[in-house]
Amino acid sequence: MTATATRPPKQDTPARRAARGKQARDTLVLMLPALVPVLLFSVGPLLYGMALAFTDAKAGRNVTYSFIGFDNFTRLFEDSDFWQSMLVGLIWAVSVTVLTFLLGLGLALLLNEKLRFRGVGRVLAVVPWAMPPVVIGLMWRLVYHADAGILNGILGTEIDWLADFTFVLPAIILMGVWSGMPQTTVVLLAGLQNVPAELYEAGKIDGAGTWQRFRNITLPQLKPVIVAITSLDFVWNFNQFTLVYVLTQGGPGGRTRLPMLFAYEEAFRYGRFGSAAAFGLTIMVVVLALLGVYLWRQMREASS
Amino acid sequence: MKRFSQYVALAAYMVFLAFPLAWLLSTALKTPREMASTDPAWIPDDPTLANFTAAFTEQDLVGAAVRSLIVALASALLTVVLALPAAYAMARIRGALSRVATGWVLVSQVFPFILIIIPLFMVLRNLELTNTLAGVVVVHVTFTLPFALWMLQGYVRAVPRELEEAAAVDGAGRLRSIVSVVAPLLAPGVVATLLFSFISSWNEFLFALVVLKDPDVMTLPLMLARFTGPEGVARLGPLAAASLMATIPSLIFFAIIQRRLKSGLMAGAVKG
Repeated sequence: MTATATRPPKQDTPARRAARGKQARDTLVLMLPALVPVLLFSVGPLLYGMALAFTDAKAGRNVTYSFIGFDNFTRLFEDSDFWQSMLVGLIWAVSVTVLTFLLGLGLALLLNEKLRFRGVGRVLAVVPWAMPPVVIGLMWRLVYHADAGILNGILGTEIDWLADFTFVLPAIILMGVWSGMPQTTVVLLAGLQNVPAELYEAGKIDGAGTWQRFRNITLPQLKPVIVAITSLDFVWNFNQFTLVYVLTQGGPGGRTRLPMLFAYEEAFRYGRFGSAAAFGLTIMVVVLALLGVYLWRQMREASS
Repeated sequence: MKRFSQYVALAAYMVFLAFPLAWLLSTALKTPREMASTDPAWIPDDPTLANFTAAFTEQDLVGAAVRSLIVALASALLTVVLALPAAYAMARIRGALSRVATGWVLVSQVFPFILIIIPLFMVLRNLELTNTLAGVVVVHVTFTLPFALWMLQGYVRAVPRELEEAAAVDGAGRLRSIVSVVAPLLAPGVVATLLFSFISSWNEFLFALVVLKDPDVMTLPLMLARFTGPEGVARLGPLAAASLMATIPSLIFFAIIQRRLKSGLMAGAVKG
């Protein structure tokens, strides 16, 4: 109270204002090279894209298009392919995120132990991350190949994994987990290494077992990292395109047509730009809403 | 007993992570005749490098690799040149603009690509840049810029401000102190960002798919994706070989930054 009272009032002298003006100018000059492309090629198109959602824009040059209000949305919501794609997208994103997290946590805990071969493990755990997504998709095509693939060889089955209505979704989820695990593992491992060792020592002295130490020390300490990486994984997975496009192109019968594949087809195969933009906007709202609820719950838990 | 089960679990993880890779390698070393056999084996009967040479002659993969190299180099250089001054401003000068920039970097991770790519495609079409490598470079720079900015400003922050102040006391102007004090300390960070941008562009598929339509301008990932088709198993060998070769640049990149990854570069990404 007294501190604030005795502090000299901030005077807006001309010199101070000039200094501030110069600083703002410096910032602007330094920012400009990055700002121009971002505004021109990201922010501008993004706003334009949102506006397109309310028009009947089509592919093709010099096509005139007009404002049609919410028609794109109502037509989308009546389209069963749209709902199928959203459902597939949710199943895919939730399963891949949850499985990636659980498997990644397990691997991170192992790599955090003083085990032999853990160097090899760490290198191998990063390799999928280093591969181009197209190559990952092609590689799993070879694994799932009905005749020349190894999976049928191992299991002694004769299933055409990528053409089978029942197996195709689990098949792509397995690939998603494989390719997402490295990053999640590395992030969780870094989180584990930041947990102060004293906490574990204190836990040991208090007689806490391995499981109790994991539950009461590791998990709470890791919480912020877990929330961050699962949120990011979910968004990335929901917006996934390349892996699945290369592996199945959305088939068979749309069983693996993730939202982004649907949007891509809508825009660049059928040329319905307006409708695809409406779809993109819908996705964005859905993702932000799910993310918002998740983060809000986590924060409420943390504060209580 | 506990140790033992831990080793079993670790081994299981290694098998899961390694088996698709091993299969890719095995396929790349098989002869077409063996590929056609109905009972695929892990170890090729008659290992051959013919698939690798076949990959070079097939479908202009070399040309595609050269184009990918050009696009990736141009994107990486342009990204860093554009991002460096802004990263410096974000790290050193507090202000509304810096905060907005940081916010944009975070927000840009959430947007579905389709909202941006359609209008961006229309812009590129008006600029006559569709179906050109320059068009792909523009798109790659645009989408790598946020993360590159974020990476670089972290590196700028790591350079102690006191060093710059000391340089100022010694009579160096701001530009002078940046060039002779900050730049040398920043070099490793700049290299890391260059590599990151290079790999993002080298690996990128979707935007290239939208922008490039003619086979004679396609980048390597597009060419590889076109490789498979209804032609049957005979071409799987060269495909596997080409896939392996396309992975080499990223593998080198990850080998270089391995230590940084472990020491928490990415951990910083989430703890922000």
